[in-house]
Amino acid sequence: MDIKGPNLVKGIHMEGLRVLGKPADFAKYYYENGADELMFMDVVASLYERNSLHDIISETAKSIFIPITVGGGLRSISDIKEVLRAGADKVCLNTAVINNPELIREASRMFGSSTIVVAIEAIKESNGQYLAYTDNGREHTGVDVFEWAQKVNDLGAGELVITSVDREGTGEGFDLDLVSRISALVTIPVIAHGGAGNKNHVSEVITKAGADAVAISSLLHYHFIKENSSSVHSNEGNSEFLKQKRSYHTFQDCKIAEVKQCLIDNGIECRI
Amino acid sequence: MINNNLKKVTIIDYHLGNLFSVKQACDTVGINAIISSKAEDIDNADALILPGVGAFIEAMDNLADLNLIETIKKAAAEKKPIFGICLGLQLLFTKSEEFGTGEGLNLVPGTIRKFPADLDGRKVKVPQIAWNSIYEFEKKWSDTPLMDVVNNEFMYFVHSYYVDPSNDMDILTKTNYDGIEYCSAISKDNIFATQFHPEKSTLKGLSIYKNWATLNNLI
Repeated sequence: MDIKGPNLVKGIHMEGLRVLGKPADFAKYYYENGADELMFMDVVASLYERNSLHDIISETAKSIFIPITVGGGLRSISDIKEVLRAGADKVCLNTAVINNPELIREASRMFGSSTIVVAIEAIKESNGQYLAYTDNGREHTGVDVFEWAQKVNDLGAGELVITSVDREGTGEGFDLDLVSRISALVTIPVIAHGGAGNKNHVSEVITKAGADAVAISSLLHYHFIKENSSSVHSNEGNSEFLKQKRSYHTFQDCKIAEVKQCLIDNGIECRI
Repeated sequence: MINNNLKKVTIIDYHLGNLFSVKQACDTVGINAIISSKAEDIDNADALILPGVGAFIEAMDNLADLNLIETIKKAAAEKKPIFGICLGLQLLFTKSEEFGTGEGLNLVPGTIRKFPADLDGRKVKVPQIAWNSIYEFEKKWSDTPLMDVVNNEFMYFVHSYYVDPSNDMDILTKTNYDGIEYCSAISKDNIFATQFHPEKSTLKGLSIYKNWATLNNLI
């Protein structure tokens, strides 16, 4: 769940953010409909160097009894401490650790490896090399994705989220080559993110690319919007998309239960 | 309104892990719980919850620094109900293999072991951070806090080490992680403990809190 200010938003290639509704409504719906974990990402936090999700987290954590991961703009041990105190179970780090990899080691020691999730935003260059980006795919770092993934692993992160910025928000399917290379490389669980356009894509990234878990947004958000009339803060952000009540033709939006049934049909064990 | 007859439960804070969610679970099912690092709050409690996520040795060091080791052992000897969660389960055991050998609270005989990095030449992802199912071993779940949980129910796990109890009779559930079968919950006299996080396992998990409290006359 990408959050900007008070709204849940969604972009394509992490750009052109559209307002979809209230985060609390989506969180409750997903919790009640079988989500295994919720990830809240403050998508503009890095720009302002702050994470503004504390209120959303503490509200959510009172009534939602599944793991909650929070990311966006977390720069220091004290930032991490603050969101954990607000009720997050895990934190997701990107910009801060690419600038200062030792923070992974320090944070893992202090809060336990399993609390520290590192996100890698990958863009495939024209020469075929994958480079890591930060700030939602905006900032070039020049760091090779696979070298960075190995380092993240060795510094003691508990989980790794690999986002294909090229596929993110497109519904074209996961970058299977990227995910399978990362998954084969590291010894920690890998969460695939970016590209799910239908339930078969989710199954495929597990069976073909070895993902240990999958993060999905648009595929489920568009279905939620169809099924629910969410109230939108129309004074902020671009809510035109929502008013038009259309979803992209690349998405065969569905419920979490349909995704999970598809996984079970493909021999993947999961909670229903 | 304060009900003076309400039993007091202390969630032991030794500075590792998300205690907020444990407290939230207690509040939701009606357990009168406080979070504390003080020996007197353990002495005065009717029951204890020992939570935690992180490293075994650091946890024991923290408990030692807070002078809580003997306090917890005393509470256990007085037969106060103790509910251990995740690292809190592991601390109850004799010793851990983590970074050499560390001594635990020694309330349940057994050893803490690390998941192997590979099994039959196949890589095992460690930590296990996943929903996984719990199933019955020799002991039945009726009359235990798991009474409302069905066999093979999924619960949320986060751990790199697992407990290996010396006595099979202490094992309450088992779980299979990528081919490794291990003990995922125990019960022994006044002690009940889970490797998984019931407070993160939906209402099915919260039923474990509720039933633990009910069976021990805490609510």
